[in-house]
Amino acid sequence: MTINATFIGQIIVFLILLWFIAKFVTPVVSQALAERAKKIADGLAAADRGQKDLAEATSRADAIIREARERAKQIEDLAARRSSETIEAAKQDAQAEGARIVQSARDEAATETGRAREELRREYGRLVVAGASRLLEREIDPRTHEQLLDQLASEIGRG
Amino acid sequence: MASEHGHGESPTDYIVHHLTHFKVGEGFWTWHVDTLFMSALLAALTAWMLYAGARRIAAASGKAPAGLGNVVEAIYEFIDGQVADIYHGNRAFLVALALSLFTWVVAMNTMDLLPIDLPGSVAGLFGAGYWRVLPTADLNGPVAMAVVILALIIGFAIRAKGVGGYAHEWIAAPFGSNPLLWIPNLMLNIVELLAKPVSLSMRLFGNMYAGELLFMLIALLGFAAAFTIGGISLFLGQIVFGAAWAIFHILIILLQAYIFMVLPIVYISMAEEHH
Repeated sequence: MTINATFIGQIIVFLILLWFIAKFVTPVVSQALAERAKKIADGLAAADRGQKDLAEATSRADAIIREARERAKQIEDLAARRSSETIEAAKQDAQAEGARIVQSARDEAATETGRAREELRREYGRLVVAGASRLLEREIDPRTHEQLLDQLASEIGRG
Repeated sequence: MASEHGHGESPTDYIVHHLTHFKVGEGFWTWHVDTLFMSALLAALTAWMLYAGARRIAAASGKAPAGLGNVVEAIYEFIDGQVADIYHGNRAFLVALALSLFTWVVAMNTMDLLPIDLPGSVAGLFGAGYWRVLPTADLNGPVAMAVVILALIIGFAIRAKGVGGYAHEWIAAPFGSNPLLWIPNLMLNIVELLAKPVSLSMRLFGNMYAGELLFMLIALLGFAAAFTIGGISLFLGQIVFGAAWAIFHILIILLQAYIFMVLPIVYISMAEEHH
């Protein structure tokens, strides 16, 4: 239990250990830990950035969807308006066409009626002439009685 | 041990034998081969473990720490945190100092947990008649560390204040720079400075020496068991008390190492302060 030369040996051992640790252990560990801390900080920053980007993208996507929805609604309204307009126009066209067809049919019918009446009138005249000639038992010379016949025919027509 | 020193040996002989170093040399130039060998071996083991761990931490950059790297990292982080709490400045060297002190002292103190007769028996196989396995229970071990720490305290103080400033503090602090107070200041400063390494080394030495001695006394229970009727109870006592003391001693091992690590940092930190 005395101080002796062992003391000197112990100092040397301690100094060697201290030198070794200060040179080969602590710098390595502290550098590795600093690097890791930096890496973690970078990772956290990147995660933050990613989250911010995501939020931004989400809000942008929302805006786009909202806009698209509005556009779709507009288009839908427009289409509805257009289709009702088209239907209305077609209805009007059809009505006009129907009226025109009816009118032309009426016109044609009137023409036909006139023509038939004219024909009937002639036929009636001829029958009257034929009936009268038979009644007179002689042939009426159409040339001689042309004026009379025509007058007759027109009277029939009027009557 | 039993075969070597068994029957004719008294308890006193047993204890004296266990407190005797394996010596080479005479007078002051006596070398405690056991202390030197054990402390150097444990320093090498500690250094190798820390070095291997540090390399693994560096190699596993970017991956989760595992195994030895994790152990070394935990120790490093603990010590770095302790030093950072005490010392505000570039603490790279102080972390290395604290790491060396803590790991080495823990390693040396842990030798106390080896079965008390085992190291001596192993050393006996190599022809050593005596072998004290606990370098911190040899006064030379703690005192050597304390003297290196004393040199560092003075070195850091001079680095922070300059030779003139430090010398001025020796005679002017703490009472004042009046020439009448130079002598009291100087006396007080000598006591204050020397108290640090003395208390540091004595605390570690005393704790470990007492712990070792208590293990020897507990071992004597088994020793006495061989000669008494109620021997079996003494033998059981050795096992129970030995186990209890060993478990409690784990706390002392770590606590003393922690104190021996923290106080030098505190002293160096104080030495840099201006009075």
